[in-house]
Amino acid sequence: MSASGPNAPQKPQVKSLNCPSCGAAITLRSFTQAVTVVCDHCHSILDAQDPRLAILQKFEAAVGEDRPLIPLGTRGKIRGTDYEAVGFERRTIHVDGVPYSWHEYVLFNPYKGFRYLTEYNGHWNDTSILRSVPSLDRDANPPTVSYLGETYRHFQTAQAATSFVLGEFPWQVRVGETADVSDYVSPPRVISSERSGKEITWSMGEYMSGGDVWRAFGLPGNPPEAVGVYENQPSPLSADTTKIWLAFVGFLVVMVVMLIGFSMAARKETVLQGTYAFDTNSRTDASFVTDVFELKGHTSNLELQTTADVDNKWIYLNYALINVEMGKAYDFGREVSYYHGYDSDGAWTEGSHSDSVAVPSVPPGNYYLRIEPESDFGRGNVYYSISAKRDVPQMSWFGIALLALLVPAGLITWRSMSFEHLRWSESDYAPSSSDDDSGPGDFNRPITLGNLFKT
Amino acid sequence: MTQPAANCPNCGAKIVFRWSSSVQTVCEYCKSILVRTDVDLKKVGQVADLPANSSPIQIGTEGVYNHHALVVVGRIIYEYDQGTWNEWHVVLNNGSAWLSDAQDEYVVTFAAPGRKLPAAGEAQVGQRYTWDNEIYTATTITKAHYCGVEGELPFQYWDKEDVVFVDLMSAGGKFATLDYSDETPALYLGEAVEFDDLKLENLRKFEGW
Repeated sequence: MSASGPNAPQKPQVKSLNCPSCGAAITLRSFTQAVTVVCDHCHSILDAQDPRLAILQKFEAAVGEDRPLIPLGTRGKIRGTDYEAVGFERRTIHVDGVPYSWHEYVLFNPYKGFRYLTEYNGHWNDTSILRSVPSLDRDANPPTVSYLGETYRHFQTAQAATSFVLGEFPWQVRVGETADVSDYVSPPRVISSERSGKEITWSMGEYMSGGDVWRAFGLPGNPPEAVGVYENQPSPLSADTTKIWLAFVGFLVVMVVMLIGFSMAARKETVLQGTYAFDTNSRTDASFVTDVFELKGHTSNLELQTTADVDNKWIYLNYALINVEMGKAYDFGREVSYYHGYDSDGAWTEGSHSDSVAVPSVPPGNYYLRIEPESDFGRGNVYYSISAKRDVPQMSWFGIALLALLVPAGLITWRSMSFEHLRWSESDYAPSSSDDDSGPGDFNRPITLGNLFKT
Repeated sequence: MTQPAANCPNCGAKIVFRWSSSVQTVCEYCKSILVRTDVDLKKVGQVADLPANSSPIQIGTEGVYNHHALVVVGRIIYEYDQGTWNEWHVVLNNGSAWLSDAQDEYVVTFAAPGRKLPAAGEAQVGQRYTWDNEIYTATTITKAHYCGVEGELPFQYWDKEDVVFVDLMSAGGKFATLDYSDETPALYLGEAVEFDDLKLENLRKFEGW
């Protein structure tokens, strides 16, 4: 191999130089790939391609000195490749005179080149430059870009100024330089175009949590907490929304099948029927027992319907369903009452003439009912009928199950919609009525998840 | 593929061609630029020291492109406002191509002769051209400075000065370069490639990496 020839190039090494302005040590971590390097000490922006490091710009950092959360020189693994943090910049936009800033980290690997991490309010994006131009549809509302078969919706456009720099950059960086930045989102991804002069650079970011960044770079402590909902933050619920509705439909089908099955298999056999009179004028014990009836088949319910001829009165029945062989008793009480009349609102009624109850899980065997009626004294005879049916399908359980499935599905859908509402409330397309001060260009105003339920 | 060795007419060192169609090479020892004639090698120039450059690729690097084995046999090195970049001359088993590396962004292109090309100074950023049914938009115009050559090239290329390149991209992810370093412009068509997809071996090593 000629690489082992007589004048094989030296292994590139990290260069240590001195700032021509203040003499402080300058490290060039990206070998010869950096275009500009910033003196950490005196904030001179230097020409990294010039062996003498010509001074290109000096900037005042007295206001807004910023320290990178990932110290320059730290290495981390992104998508299986080691990258070293070599540069750091802060970029600022102004909305109604209020500055909003985010940070960008320049990452370098000598084989794979440059990659970027951006951070705003604890939200991170792993960003790289696109090698082909996405197709832009300006006429769509909002405008969209398409890239690799995916459509990204325009989120916002703002003019960003570089307001602080540190380390190395693979381009001519200057403090104060501006670019028009447009973001198009399709969570968890965002495509950004940056226009400065004639040149447009397209990049794609993918959302990363602070925890992922901290793990990737082995940083100590905890990452700053993410505030609010970020433009391309994946909704923690959007995947769940589809899933839960699919599950809901699945359960619904199962329930309907079960309902039909139970309904067909149910015996619905009347085992006892009788009409009785209760003399409320009598002071003697009104309790009595019915004939013995047989409950057949498997352990199942017994539905007991009570119908009473009550008119502006009530009857209360203490029931005991007693097993002849075992002596086991199921005690329960039912009230039937019906009232009606007139008041200023017109006619009114309350209660009903009948009541139904299911005694669950009654084993087969011979049973009788002990019945003890109660009512107000001296109201004459109250006639009532009882009818006991074995093995009746209970629709109410299916209703409760349906509700139990519907509530979480509905709740998750509602929360997911709230999340999307919060996301877009920070865009150029925020509904102006919902929030007076979130007009167009209201870029990433801090919001809290607590607002999610305060609508 | 390796051809019988010849000797450098300047220093007598052994010169080996890796590719039979190479027109020019540079002596590894004395850096003479040698051009093949029918009978022997003729010295046409001398390469000055190449600028420091940290491309991970070197002559002898091997890899794969589109299921074809590739080997790097030469390069042209240019200087522009973002530093230096390399046009690596790679030989595949079905011909020769260029693997350009600018700030570790990699593009593979093939010479595309016989197309109608805009004259020098005519192409502007944003202008569109169609070649081989693909629409390309000019994205950057680069004024570069020739810095030197190394290894084998498919044509004579030496003693250049300022050269202009126009880079173009298509919506379908294709890449094109218009090279105005000769009187007649040349077109190269290809695409951006991922470093990992090239499965490169025999790369340079970097201190600490």
